[in-house]
Amino acid sequence: MNTTVTQPDSRENEAVAEISIEQKETEGLSQGQIVRRRFFRHRGALISMFVLAFIVILAFTSVGVDLWGLRIPGWWQYSWDEIPPKVNNGVPTLSLIPPVIGDHPFGQDEVGRDIFAVVMRGAQQSIMVMVIAGVVATVIGVVIGAVAGYYRKATDSILMRFTDIIITIPLIVIGAVLGNTFGSLGAAVLGIVIGLFAWTTMARLVRGEFLSLREREFVDAARVSGARDRRIIFRHILPNSIGVIVVNATLLMAGAILLESALSFLGFGVQSPDTSLGKIISENQAAFSTRPWIFWWPGVFIIAIALCVNFIGDGLRDAFDPRQKKMPSERAMRRAGRASGPVVPILDTTDPKEPQSVTVAMESVYTGDVVNYHDPRPEEPGDVQNEPLNPER
Amino acid sequence: MASFIIRRLIASIFVLFAATFLMYILTSLSGDPLEDLRQGNAPNKAELIEARTELLNLDVPPPLRYFLWLAGLFRGDFGVSIQNQSVNALLGNAITATLTLVTTATVVAIVLGLTVGIVSALRQYTGFDYSVTLLAFLFFSLPIFWVAVLLKQYGAIQMNNWLADPTISIPVIIGVSLVAGLLWMSLLGGRWRRRLIVFGIAAVATGAVLTYLSVTQWFSDPTIGIVIFAGLALGIAFGVTAISTGLRNRRAVYASLIVALLGVALYFPMMNYILNGMTLWFFLLLAVLSVVVSGAIGWFMGAPDRAPVARTTAIVGFLVAALIALDKYMSYWQAYANSSRVRGRPIATVGASTPGLGGNFWVQGIDLYTHLLLPTIAIILISFASYTRYSRASLLEVMNQDYIRTARAKGLTQRTVIVRHAFRNALIPITTIIAFDVGAIVGGAVITETVFGWTGMGRLFIDGLSAHDPNPVMAFFVVTGTLAVVFNLIADIVYAGLDPRIKVG
Repeated sequence: MNTTVTQPDSRENEAVAEISIEQKETEGLSQGQIVRRRFFRHRGALISMFVLAFIVILAFTSVGVDLWGLRIPGWWQYSWDEIPPKVNNGVPTLSLIPPVIGDHPFGQDEVGRDIFAVVMRGAQQSIMVMVIAGVVATVIGVVIGAVAGYYRKATDSILMRFTDIIITIPLIVIGAVLGNTFGSLGAAVLGIVIGLFAWTTMARLVRGEFLSLREREFVDAARVSGARDRRIIFRHILPNSIGVIVVNATLLMAGAILLESALSFLGFGVQSPDTSLGKIISENQAAFSTRPWIFWWPGVFIIAIALCVNFIGDGLRDAFDPRQKKMPSERAMRRAGRASGPVVPILDTTDPKEPQSVTVAMESVYTGDVVNYHDPRPEEPGDVQNEPLNPER
Repeated sequence: MASFIIRRLIASIFVLFAATFLMYILTSLSGDPLEDLRQGNAPNKAELIEARTELLNLDVPPPLRYFLWLAGLFRGDFGVSIQNQSVNALLGNAITATLTLVTTATVVAIVLGLTVGIVSALRQYTGFDYSVTLLAFLFFSLPIFWVAVLLKQYGAIQMNNWLADPTISIPVIIGVSLVAGLLWMSLLGGRWRRRLIVFGIAAVATGAVLTYLSVTQWFSDPTIGIVIFAGLALGIAFGVTAISTGLRNRRAVYASLIVALLGVALYFPMMNYILNGMTLWFFLLLAVLSVVVSGAIGWFMGAPDRAPVARTTAIVGFLVAALIALDKYMSYWQAYANSSRVRGRPIATVGASTPGLGGNFWVQGIDLYTHLLLPTIAIILISFASYTRYSRASLLEVMNQDYIRTARAKGLTQRTVIVRHAFRNALIPITTIIAFDVGAIVGGAVITETVFGWTGMGRLFIDGLSAHDPNPVMAFFVVTGTLAVVFNLIADIVYAGLDPRIKVG
């Protein structure tokens, strides 16, 4: 008799123990600490962060900065607009065995410009475009998405139709118009322009998030206790959708750097005499067979920057959205089947009081009284958020 | 539902009008269409300027000119370019070229991306999964113009050099064999012993095949031959059946084997008589016929559960027929590569066809494929990455659902759980993405077309924009904008139709 009573009891205990292991991980930690911890566990994201920091520091300190006439020299001996004499036909002096950096680590072009300095300047411009575009697009997208999602009804319709209009306008046209109006486009202007037209996905995602969050109890509680709309939006709902915003902002930046290089490649972006990574490739693609290094290095830097930002975005998503739990592998299940004793049940620990929503490919889609579900696509690289930015689509 | 569609359509029409107006103003702001004439020094400069002003109504201010253009559009007339060519004609050619280029690339990218993404999700957190994730991120960070230049160098110039003397060096054979072994090992998985066996078999087999291809100089005159064809056909029959219905379904196995044997029996008559003197329509007819006939075989053999068997045999029939067509193409390869126009450099870097080549259907086909090869690879690299990420995320999401656990618990085989329960549901969110991408096909690939010299929609747009030529730019915009809006709507409706949890209306 004893055994029949204890048997289910011990299983229950095991199940409780299982839950508490999951909870112990996050016990006594703030949301920020949990996110940070999960982020640092993502090795790819962590490495990417260091690589990106290294590239940024290298690009900005080596040849110095030149912002609207204010010029701070860097530690590198050549500048991107200087033309030193050609050494050894411009072959790169960088080598790993034996480790030598030499005078022109990335080589020289046909007139003798130091490619290292040029690439560093290009990287600077590209990073500036990326950051500025990211900030501008995030701010606009969040504001429009929040207002549309919070006030719904006519405001929502008008803002979303406006978003649709912006989505359809190809960015290249904007680049061409500005190039014609202002002549030479600086990186800052280009970044702002990209940002002004790249916020659409952010707005749609934030709107979706707001549509579902505004129905939650804590919003009702805030409203009952007399909070004004502005306070509810900025203090209650926005912090809860920070995950979507941060992830999409990083992916937006990764898209922006590719877009900048593509625009410059087509001749609608950064104009001479200044340079950017895309422009260097565009100018030197014919020289591939004679001077491949002019071609390799800017490409490597574009890829490195975009890859790092993509990985950081992936790490952030894992940190903010741990829903994509590990599925037990076949081997683990076989092992569990072979093991003696009862199998520990996998308990669903999600909060049962969630609003009516279903999760479609990692993104919650509100199904309550929703008129039109928002974009069902997950915040993945290669998704909708990069789509308006990717001129190839 | 109907009211939802009507409301969306009305809203879309307004969006399109607003967008075209904005676009028209922006295009006219982007530059002066008379610029080349003003800077030129033709003797009749003033007359030329006046003629073009007359042609494009340049004396009317842009906001009003938009309505003139719109009136033309309602009559189905996109206007004329600055060279006085009809934009309708330009648009027709551009759409044909773009559809040829981008359709292939999109279809291949979807099939490849879905397959790799699904396998990577099923092998989550294995070496294969990590490599696929890394590659997907890498492909996603690639600037396409940079890849294009690399492709031209290594995919065309070096490849053509190699094709002149197609022997594979021994280190390359060893390297490729080891990589293939690793790939199969991580794909099939299992315990370490099975992994080692798989690795050994795959590596040795790959090495043997490569050595054979190298020794016989197969690449200079490729052919499949009846023996290998028969082996491949039977392999296709078993493989497709194993995935589609499972080998336990005897009817499906027998039906697929009959289709494969039919293909083998038809090999010689096809190669020697029927496929000679081919036209495009007859080719398409044969393709449809192969699917229909093999599907019918499955239908008659498959009682009582006909549909899965018919589906299986239809796929087998299509693949076997494609193999025969491939062999027929291969038989013309040497003639193509050594023809006076191609001169032993078969893989092209620019353009859509070799000028003045001539030749029959098969030679023309090879010419098209060699021109399609590089731009297709460039486009695939980018969209492949996003499809892989999508299908992986989607399948993982589905695999964690309760109904999958239920399906496992009631004792279904792994194949049934994955193919019937997981895969189909994982496809639902992906269909909407496919709808978007199909809508974007006509928009073309602006950069790829520019780099590889295809005169498609992307080129029409870019050339128009740099010449400050409003009408081609607007024609591009109207076509792509309308398609984007329509396919957006289709995506929403399809999604609601497939997933009953989603409500529209």
